[in-house]
Amino acid sequence: MRGFSFRRFFAYFKKEGKQILRDPSTFQIAFILPLLMIFIFAYGVSLDAKNIPLGLLLEDTSPTARSLENAFLSTEYFKVTTSYNRKDLINNLTNGHLRGIVTVPLNFSKNLLRGDPAPLQILLDGSEPNTAHFVLNYAQGVIKNWNIQQATAGNPSLNLPINPEQRIWFNPSLKSRDVLLPGSIAIIMSLIGTLLTALVVAREWERGTMEAIMSTQIRISEMFLGKLLPYFLLGLASMTLCVTFSVTLFAVPFRGSYLILLLSTSIFLLAALGLGLLISSTTRNQFVASQISIMLGFLPAFILSGFIFEINSLPWIIQGLTYLLPPRYFVTILQSSFLSGTIWELILPNLFFMLLMALILLGISSKKIVKRLD
Amino acid sequence: MNRASQQGDHKSAIHINNITKIFSDMDRPALDQINASIRCGIMTGLVGPDGAGKTTLLRLMAGLLLPTKGTIEVMGFNTITNSERLHAITGYMPQKFGLYEDLTVIENLDLYADLHDLKEKDKKSTFERMLKFTSLTPFTHRLAGNLSGGMKQKLGLACSLLGRPKILLLDEPSVGVDPLSRRELRKMVLELIQQGMSVVWSTSYLDEADKCHEVLLLNEGKLLFYGSPKELSKRVEGRVFQIDVPLKKRRSLLKEFLNREDIRDGVIQGSKVRLVGAPSFQLEPQDSKWQLVTPKFEDAFVDFLGGGPGGSSMLAEKMPSKKANTIPPIQAEHLTKRFGNFTAANNISFTVQRGEIFGLLGPNGAGKSTIFKMLCGLLQPTEGKALVSGLDLKRSTSKARTKIGYMAQKFSLYGDLSVQENLNFFSGVYGLIGHEREKKIDQMVTVFDLFPYLDSNAGLLPLGYKQRLALACSVMHEPDVLFLDEPTSGVDPLTRREFWSHINGMVEKGVTIMVTTHFMEEAEYCDRISLIYKGINIAIGSPDYIKASASTKKIPDPTLEDAFITLIEKIDSQETRRDH
Amino acid sequence: MRIKKFKKTWYRIKALIIKEILAVWRDKKSRFMLIAPPLVQLIILSHAATLEVLNISLGVNNQDNGWYSHELIQRINGSPYFKYVYEFHNPEDMHSAIDTQKVLIAIQFQSNFSRLIAANQPAQLQIVLDGRKSNASQIVMGYLNLILQDFNVEILKNQGVVVPEPIDIEFRSFFNPNIDYLYFTIPSLVAILSMLLALMVTAMSVSRERENGTFDQLLVSPLQPWQILIGKMVPALVISIAESTLLMIIALFLFDVPFTGSLILLYSSMIIFLLSIVGIGLFISSISHTQQQSILGTFVFVTPTILLSGYATPIENMPLWLQPFTNLLPIKHFFIIIKGIFLKNISATDVWLHTWPMALIALFTLSLAGFMFKRRLG
Repeated sequence: MRGFSFRRFFAYFKKEGKQILRDPSTFQIAFILPLLMIFIFAYGVSLDAKNIPLGLLLEDTSPTARSLENAFLSTEYFKVTTSYNRKDLINNLTNGHLRGIVTVPLNFSKNLLRGDPAPLQILLDGSEPNTAHFVLNYAQGVIKNWNIQQATAGNPSLNLPINPEQRIWFNPSLKSRDVLLPGSIAIIMSLIGTLLTALVVAREWERGTMEAIMSTQIRISEMFLGKLLPYFLLGLASMTLCVTFSVTLFAVPFRGSYLILLLSTSIFLLAALGLGLLISSTTRNQFVASQISIMLGFLPAFILSGFIFEINSLPWIIQGLTYLLPPRYFVTILQSSFLSGTIWELILPNLFFMLLMALILLGISSKKIVKRLD
Repeated sequence: MNRASQQGDHKSAIHINNITKIFSDMDRPALDQINASIRCGIMTGLVGPDGAGKTTLLRLMAGLLLPTKGTIEVMGFNTITNSERLHAITGYMPQKFGLYEDLTVIENLDLYADLHDLKEKDKKSTFERMLKFTSLTPFTHRLAGNLSGGMKQKLGLACSLLGRPKILLLDEPSVGVDPLSRRELRKMVLELIQQGMSVVWSTSYLDEADKCHEVLLLNEGKLLFYGSPKELSKRVEGRVFQIDVPLKKRRSLLKEFLNREDIRDGVIQGSKVRLVGAPSFQLEPQDSKWQLVTPKFEDAFVDFLGGGPGGSSMLAEKMPSKKANTIPPIQAEHLTKRFGNFTAANNISFTVQRGEIFGLLGPNGAGKSTIFKMLCGLLQPTEGKALVSGLDLKRSTSKARTKIGYMAQKFSLYGDLSVQENLNFFSGVYGLIGHEREKKIDQMVTVFDLFPYLDSNAGLLPLGYKQRLALACSVMHEPDVLFLDEPTSGVDPLTRREFWSHINGMVEKGVTIMVTTHFMEEAEYCDRISLIYKGINIAIGSPDYIKASASTKKIPDPTLEDAFITLIEKIDSQETRRDH
Repeated sequence: MRIKKFKKTWYRIKALIIKEILAVWRDKKSRFMLIAPPLVQLIILSHAATLEVLNISLGVNNQDNGWYSHELIQRINGSPYFKYVYEFHNPEDMHSAIDTQKVLIAIQFQSNFSRLIAANQPAQLQIVLDGRKSNASQIVMGYLNLILQDFNVEILKNQGVVVPEPIDIEFRSFFNPNIDYLYFTIPSLVAILSMLLALMVTAMSVSRERENGTFDQLLVSPLQPWQILIGKMVPALVISIAESTLLMIIALFLFDVPFTGSLILLYSSMIIFLLSIVGIGLFISSISHTQQQSILGTFVFVTPTILLSGYATPIENMPLWLQPFTNLLPIKHFFIIIKGIFLKNISATDVWLHTWPMALIALFTLSLAGFMFKRRLG
């Protein structure tokens, strides 16, 4: 960079920094919203299904049926309401107070003893497919388990042929909080990097300061860096806040290397900033800039990153799309860094693709910004 | 065309070589084959009506736009291939001054000092000098957003000067700025020129052009004239007259004059009318009251562009006369407004008569917009009352407001709606219904010649048409009182004349006008003026009365601008004396 | 006289309403931004935002090579949820496949697995899950357990042990027989996207007028503050309702989501819902000085709202103390109504049960916005 003036860069950098500190809305996005989200992920949103309201229709009240009821009562997955009135239960299913009903028919135990088919029926609320699937799987599990136990209970010497020995790595108690809090960093970083940057550049055009700045000796490289660095630092500060709160207040483990966290966040921020600058170079209208930022920055970080919704479950076209967007790589690195420690085979390729994207985005946006008004 | 550079004694500062600039969204070139050599060490004015291409030319000189054809060299540096060297020797102040409103005065200076590569060790002394030069020292730590328009302008100038430029480019630096600040700015720039700087100053205020050494006159992208303003003024020598007229009849007389074939231009100046005759004009013997005066640049400018728009206002002709009424249309009773400890307006009282043009004048930040806003109901007074046609704006707001028309500074129309939609909206909001509404809209379209633009976005109209539309929208409901907030700020003389012919016509029909302005030519149209300073009314009366009251030994026959400044300085000196 | 006055007032407000609609509709770019993003979002998000776990990759380290291990792998492979099965020759490779997220779940058979079962001895099956995907792991484990339980019972039976017959489990899903996720995501997205639009349009409408200087023009007109408020509310309502109608048409004809309930009930509750949202938008607008602040303010409201609304994750999963607070979110109630009307044909009484809380919220947010307006004008 021939003739790069550190001083001019620093002056622009300082100006941008002061503006960040003085506008309450930047502060809101970088610090208030992250805290709010951390709080919500820590206390509110959870993927761990527990105490799902389930109705148990006992048309058969024999001890066998009672023992099945006990099997349901003893799992923590369900909050069971036993009833003998079919209509009541179905009403409650319709209005959403129950998410499923297990019906034990009149001759259930009699048929079971006789070796006749003794079908059980599970009624589900299909309007909540997430919960419906869950209820179906777990209720089946409870019933099958109970069925085998009925056999083994009468015969203490009997062993089950296959004994699953299950180990859950990295997060033995499957706390979704430990997964969601790290992932939320990606959302915040893309808001700061993309949305905020796009808006701030649009504002400089609207207020006419861009024109004055461009008539000075400042070079594009100096301006580019002077704009980038403050939001980069703001992003890092916000990331530090998120990590500190997650680890100290909510006891999310951090097993990886802080250096890699810093490195990957930096690369992701560069990609997000590149996208933000690119958006701002195509539109000078704040409404349009914000809409594009939501489409290309915020939603991918939320939906197409594997943060909450499993990428492998998506239709293949959308899966393909996730490879073109940086958030999926970043969320993978984040969740691993917190929970599994540094696994190079995982970190390196993800870092590489993120870096590639950052370079492409920054490259295009630096080409698109010229020191001219037309 | 006089190529000043060929005179030899001054070398060329900016060499414009056959410049053409075409924007894709315009149907004609913004600039069309411009050639000029701007001389070193003088002030060159860039004048012309709106849409002439002044800003485009300045931006090309500053290397901010790519020319479609041709080249510009500034001190020998090509604006495109050598833009780095160019930016090192030019200072440029864009229209909005280019200040960061959330940074303080000193922070803005510091930023631009670094960007202009001012040496660190020179910073402190330069800042001190600049702050003193611009009298901003007491406001060093105030946010730029909280400065008045005049102070912003000076700070903008200071920022563009930090690189010690050889060439200074100023884009309409005096729009929206009061005469006091304008005069100070001019003084500052002249000082810089004495130190050897070359200045290009674009403006639509032609009294400023008069004070430039040379002017480039642009119209619709073409260079019409390049030379000294005197040279252009000379063309109308012997054709500019002033006539003393009876105060009551000056508006109707002006209309008559303007409708004469042999009169090119005319304006009201207090109790006088100033006229420019066509070349064919012959002074009749009975016109003994016609007094030959020295032509000004503005006279020549209007003449050069083919004369003013004529005197009749179709708008006013179609308007029914307001019924005579004893209730005064505007009454201010002890209006006071406090913001915290700060008193923005202090005990202001006056009454405006039916059919009167009443002007509110004052420096930026003196409180005149606060008073204006209280009068039209945008601000609630802390104490006192504002009455429109006898109705208190605090109580019967809706009824009082149907009697008001309002036209804001920047023609605040809905830029993304079409002309038709704007007309529909404003007529609807003011309660025009059905046939009456259609008739009124048709009338406005005819009067203001809006038909070709009905479907274009209001935001994309030429400035003159924007102003017509804004006026149309504010008078459709035939208000008793029309509030005009700096109605012709940044507007060229031709458009301004047309605007005032409508206003004059409406006043003849009994409409009352309340106007704020920084533009003294405009203040001359007023019947009475109130000069506001530091929240109080320091003088009230006709323009001639105000001028007379400021007459001193040094300036026995002051212009309105002189009077404005003298009266304000008098207050300042009284205060200093009291302080001592 | 009275009627004439009323008519005049209505004409004034009507002019304002038409202007507001034109302001967002006339400009090509902003019209595009009103239509295109919601459509793309509906199509992508309806397929993306589910907690379903499909296409699972399984890692296997089989040191056994007997019949039982092969049979179990076959059974897993035959399940519709598992898509990829990778064989690893040693445990280290298998573990590193978990590490690098090549597989979500891995199972390991000891060399004596089949021998032990054949000899009526219990055999261990090692299962490793990736806890970094807590939701997926939990669900996959459920799938696997069902397969194992059935296999166990069959082995026991073949060994001659008297075991109860496996119980037939039938299931019936109400309202959505195939538990199709689109039935859930599409109505929810209709609610979310119309909320977003109503918010954006109102939040920016005042700050844009303020930045352009046209707000003063409105204030000096005979329109009273409440009339201006109505003039800002109605267009946002109209635009959002138009958009949700468009989205619903796509839902019904492109995605084949059933519609069982009453349109009148849906639209009337939608109006109440949008009113409460418009109140929030106007409130954000009244405290913002610039468009940037309105946009960012909208974000600070929208992100937590969607997270807590029950869309991304079920409300039942939230801690008990937090659940009542979700009743303060209008969209939570509207989710119940819109899904109810689409899928369950719920009664007017049930709709009312969730409409009055929204009406109450609307009343509160609108009066708050009105109060803030008046205060800033005074």
